[in-house]
Amino acid sequence: MIDVINLKKSYDGTEVLKGINVTIQKGDIVVILGPSGSGKSTFLRCLNCMEDPSDGNIIFNGVDIADMKVDINIHRRKMGMVFQHFNLFNNKTVIQNIMMAPVHVQSQELRKIKRKNWWIRIKRIFQKSQAKQALLSLPYSKQDIQKTALNDATKLLKRIGLEDKANVYPSTLSGGQKQRVAIVRALAMNPDVILFDEPTSALDPEMVGEVLDLMRSLAKEGMTMIIVTHEMGFAKEVANRILFMDQGQILEDASPSEFFSNPKTERAKEFLSKVLSVK
Amino acid sequence: MGNISQKITRFLEIFWEQNGYVKVLEGLQNTILIAITGLIIGIIIGTLIATARVIPRYKLAPKILNGFCGFYVALFRGTPIVVQLLVFYYVLLPILGLKLTGVQVSMLVFGLNSGAYISEIMRSGLQSVDHGQLEAGRAVGLSFGTSMRKIVIPQAVKNILPTLGNEFISLIKETSVVSFVGAADLYVAFNYIGSSSYEFMVPYLVMALIYIVIVLIITLLIKLLERSLKKSDRRN
Repeated sequence: MIDVINLKKSYDGTEVLKGINVTIQKGDIVVILGPSGSGKSTFLRCLNCMEDPSDGNIIFNGVDIADMKVDINIHRRKMGMVFQHFNLFNNKTVIQNIMMAPVHVQSQELRKIKRKNWWIRIKRIFQKSQAKQALLSLPYSKQDIQKTALNDATKLLKRIGLEDKANVYPSTLSGGQKQRVAIVRALAMNPDVILFDEPTSALDPEMVGEVLDLMRSLAKEGMTMIIVTHEMGFAKEVANRILFMDQGQILEDASPSEFFSNPKTERAKEFLSKVLSVK
Repeated sequence: MGNISQKITRFLEIFWEQNGYVKVLEGLQNTILIAITGLIIGIIIGTLIATARVIPRYKLAPKILNGFCGFYVALFRGTPIVVQLLVFYYVLLPILGLKLTGVQVSMLVFGLNSGAYISEIMRSGLQSVDHGQLEAGRAVGLSFGTSMRKIVIPQAVKNILPTLGNEFISLIKETSVVSFVGAADLYVAFNYIGSSSYEFMVPYLVMALIYIVIVLIITLLIKLLERSLKKSDRRN
């Protein structure tokens, strides 16, 4: 589903990503591991062009989204993203946070059709009465959009057990609640893949579990997920692929059992011994 | 003291009996009209400039836009408002062949002028909003413009509201120079009363009082507005 071909990224001459080639299949749950500064977050952020890649291609559903001419907004809607610091919209209530993107996208479609209808109306003035062009029919009304979005958002909130928080502002939520809302906000667009950028790193330890549980249930439903995390246990349990990165390159691409029991590169062995000895 | 009460009587006489109050009301109306229109134009221009200046500058078009906005701000912050009024009224209007009244020119010039100042206020407001907010908007597929309009700018405005109120207050006070282009504001009204009675002490004191009252009212309104916008900051 996502083909990354020779992806490079440099900031002011320092090369952070040095040519990454990887293919992600539908249903893959990929965990990216690596020491800090290895470029894992940059790689993840390049995947939906949050950072513009300096070179290379990212083929997502058949379109090269690294191409600057592509309308990235359309493709990002099918690529959810969850941030380390949640980034809920502070000026919107929880339910508005979730409804925002679906409502906006559909209203935009509606406006597009209405605009076309205006043209047709103008054209009709000059057309003969038999040959008048018919107006395009509107697939839904503004109220419909609001209603379905509200419906979907409420369902999503129920799923994470926060339906009573629908009308509060994010500042009143705990970190774990914020991150769960952020995840369902990404889900509201029915994305093909969700990118997680260290989703539990900014959380208090006792809140990590609730977020991981939600991610686990997404994984069970077959959602494609690409996760940058430091939760080794979670990676071992949920992932079906581990990408080990260091210095802007993917050094290992293996199944978790293989990677954790039998790492091939020296660098990975060193990393694992450091990370696992802490636990 | 008899002198002062005499002056007050003289002032009141002109104020009530020789249509002084009509002039004052007219002046008050013009002052407030110029300040409010100026503020609205200023906020629109300021927001546009500030947004233009925070667009990531990889490509040529945003670079040119940024340069132009920088020039605009430098121009309007670099010259006194009186000079701008005079240049617009006596230089630009005749060249363009436009006929505008002093009040209209004042509204325009104060709008353009405060736009330059508000753009800087707004820019600091936009920068005070966590970059993650814009990123989150972009990540769910909203365009740069939509993310700014629906997410970043509302939060920025909330942050800069006290400063914006300040700008409005100084705008109200700065309008006292519009008589340079023949707009009848509060100053003109009280000057008229003063010169009719050959006595300036009381009129000018009353004028000062009116300005203070206007400013106090605005301060109160801003406080109320701030409180109602604080909703999303409330913590349990």
